[in-house]
Amino acid sequence: MAVAIDILSWALLLSGGFFVVVGGIGVLRLPDLYTRMHAAGVTDTGGAALILIGLMLQAGFTLITVKLLLILLFLWFTSPTASYALANSALFDGVKPLLQKRGADDEDEG
Amino acid sequence: MVYAISLWIALYATWLLLSGFYTPFLMGLGAVSCAVVVFIARRMDVIDHEAVPIQLGWRILTYWPWLIVEIFKANIDVTRRVLSPSLPISPTMIKVKTAQRSDLAKVIYANSITLTPGTVSVDVHEDEITVHAISAEGAADIAEGTMNRKAAAVEGA
Repeated sequence: MAVAIDILSWALLLSGGFFVVVGGIGVLRLPDLYTRMHAAGVTDTGGAALILIGLMLQAGFTLITVKLLLILLFLWFTSPTASYALANSALFDGVKPLLQKRGADDEDEG
Repeated sequence: MVYAISLWIALYATWLLLSGFYTPFLMGLGAVSCAVVVFIARRMDVIDHEAVPIQLGWRILTYWPWLIVEIFKANIDVTRRVLSPSLPISPTMIKVKTAQRSDLAKVIYANSITLTPGTVSVDVHEDEITVHAISAEGAADIAEGTMNRKAAAVEGA
């Protein structure tokens, strides 16, 4: 039983780590501020959630699990607010989003 | 008054879970501390239906699981787009009319949009939200309005 929980926990931790790395790759690959914010979103929703759930399985039925759950709750309450503040101020500062650009090559930059 | 008592209960429950001390003396101190916080919040006049949204009740508890599933579906979609060599993105800006009436429900909707990767709400004005989506498909999902209706259902009839 303990082994099963360990395996499940590690699967969650590793897939959480995978999402965090994907978020990083996305921030590097995507072309502008707004699209990069979507990649950053993968890190702090999917990545954070899977890692925290994996850690909850390690902690078992203890107060630590409750605290991890509260971390996830507060993270999911605050991070969209911070993202909104960033996107909104960028928009008001005149950062134009690149629209409808397909393909990785930057033939019509600017 | 109902809001003040609910705030005290929420604060004390959080205090109990975070402290882990269960001796009568410390629990008493915790109870008094929470009461002082509620008293100060009352004097600051910040205890209302937005600070302590008990009117959402169980409806928010049915909304959250649905939202979590949406978040994971969106995570997988954005991951696929980021990792595929051709980078199949089609950034789109759309405006949606909110189906919610209260400011609180609009915040819930706008934050839900941002919380699902691939869509970010960049501007909320009156009853209109400007959404930036990483793909035209994501924008179409928002325009279709399932999340809009679910978030409106949270605030009740």
